[in-house]
Amino acid sequence: MLQKKLETNQAVIALQPKVLNSTATTRRRKLKDIGGAYLFLAPNMLGFLVFILFPLVAAVVISLFDWSLLTPPTFIGLGNYARLLGQDPVFHQILLNTLYFVFGYVPLNIVISLGLAIWLSGRIRAKSLFRIIFFFPVMTPGVAVSLVWLLMYDRSGVINWFLSLIHIQGPNWVGSTTWAMPAVILMSLWYGVGYNMLVFGAGLQAIPSYFYEAASIDGATSLHQFWNITIPLLSPSIFFALVMTLITSFQVFDQVFILTGGGPGASTTTLVLYTYQNGFSYFRMGYAASVSTVLFLLIMVVTIGQFILQQRWVHYEV
Amino acid sequence: MKSKVQETAQDNTAALRQNTFGTQSNALATTRGSGVVGPIVSHALLTIIALIMLFPFFWMLDTALKLNSQVFEFPPAFIPSSIQWGNFIEAWTYLPFGHFIFNTLVVAVGGTIVVLLTSSMAAYAFARLKFPGRDIIFVGYLTTLMVPQAVLVIPQFFLIKDLGWINSYQALILPSAFTAFGTFLLRQFFKGIPVELEEAAKLDGCSRFRILFQLILPLSKPALAVLGLFSFIGFWNNFLWPLIVINTADMATIPLGLQMYQGQHGQAWNYMMAGATIAIIPGLIILILVQKYLVEGISLTGLGGR
Repeated sequence: MLQKKLETNQAVIALQPKVLNSTATTRRRKLKDIGGAYLFLAPNMLGFLVFILFPLVAAVVISLFDWSLLTPPTFIGLGNYARLLGQDPVFHQILLNTLYFVFGYVPLNIVISLGLAIWLSGRIRAKSLFRIIFFFPVMTPGVAVSLVWLLMYDRSGVINWFLSLIHIQGPNWVGSTTWAMPAVILMSLWYGVGYNMLVFGAGLQAIPSYFYEAASIDGATSLHQFWNITIPLLSPSIFFALVMTLITSFQVFDQVFILTGGGPGASTTTLVLYTYQNGFSYFRMGYAASVSTVLFLLIMVVTIGQFILQQRWVHYEV
Repeated sequence: MKSKVQETAQDNTAALRQNTFGTQSNALATTRGSGVVGPIVSHALLTIIALIMLFPFFWMLDTALKLNSQVFEFPPAFIPSSIQWGNFIEAWTYLPFGHFIFNTLVVAVGGTIVVLLTSSMAAYAFARLKFPGRDIIFVGYLTTLMVPQAVLVIPQFFLIKDLGWINSYQALILPSAFTAFGTFLLRQFFKGIPVELEEAAKLDGCSRFRILFQLILPLSKPALAVLGLFSFIGFWNNFLWPLIVINTADMATIPLGLQMYQGQHGQAWNYMMAGATIAIIPGLIILILVQKYLVEGISLTGLGGR
């Protein structure tokens, strides 16, 4: 033990003169360190520049051109955006569809996943089994599970059979303009609540139990405890889940593509599907790029808005 | 005086209760009444919800084992009149399912390795090394988390086309392997590892590479497991990107293959569900393998917002 200590001391002493003596060596070492840092960064950075940053800039540039693949692109400035916002009635519907999905799906997702997380944080047997079951859909390919939901949503499918047991005449889910979007939202909830349930579960574990003990000694009811302890202390997790779920739900694609194909009519076409259709079915690349840029701006505004609003309701101190 | 005694008594029982039930220090548990009916109802309701969550998977397998003429029977047959295990083999021969699975495995495993390797190195640089512009570059990385995939796919498509990579593995892997998510997640985790550990290794003359690969990474298993899990699943499930850069069945991944299958043989629901059942199995296996890391990893890596 002592010997070891001595050895380290010697090492430190041996090292010191080198460091102190010449500033030239330290400078060289510093440069070497910086070089090393860039070496660590290089593989990721290179891929990032080529496959993320360059396409991002290119998308904005492409959106300023009229480009249908067959003819050479012509620069039209903000022409695509003017057409989107001014002359494309379908785009207005698609914008509303996307907002319908987002504002239908996100609040329900947060409420259900929070409810499940709190429920499972109580005294429940086989907790991890329940967690795995609720989380499992998250791990499955959207296409595969959308196909089975498409089958279940059939007019004479199993969901309508269950409804007929309680004397409800089920609608033609994905074939009706009224019910197609709720059907997409319902399937997406089944698909997605498990993820936020885990996020909230992790957050709940971090809340020290003495808060609740103290509160119950003071005679606070469970409801009081929920609003005054659980929600404030969980607010960082709720904020994180809200930001991430909003960002991803604006980009809904797989479910819509398989369940409804955007129909009937354009009643469930969302911004990503419209981007895909314009780009890879109609080959209007400039127009598609402008649709996707609008989506990006929308996500950015909503996310920045949340970061501003968070000061009012998110508590980071425990 | 009396109330104080009562308080300690209450404290004790609370502590005892926690101990006997051996749950994590959770809290709502200690405040709820300990009746008999409550827990039974609670467990029964949870079980019903779990069954509802599992039902689509049951229906998938159930349909996969039916005769096609039975798929749209009303009232539906919950137990097929004769179980058709042969559907799985039929589905296999209808479309090149072997190719789909092989392709998806190559892409998911290859992609996950690229993600883990490059983002752990970059994350180490951001967490520990000093270099000019570090914080600005990092913030730049972070803001791209908001960029939707849809914005990138059009330029990415032309990039891949010009590289001559249409219908290739690198086209499926590389554009999705460099998102800021992995770097961000690992950087947060590395920041939580005490610097003293590294100082000792440095005095012993370890290089930065050895410190990262032999010291930091072994300590970061939960974070790597979570990142690896989400990367693998991301590659396994991705649909939009393969839909754009792959146009032959023998290079298709499972989701794309299923969608092609739906287009070509739209009526053979039993075969389609056999394919879908095969497609969800890896997710189940991985979930069972890494389940103990899941909650830990999410809370440790700050994914829970803390």
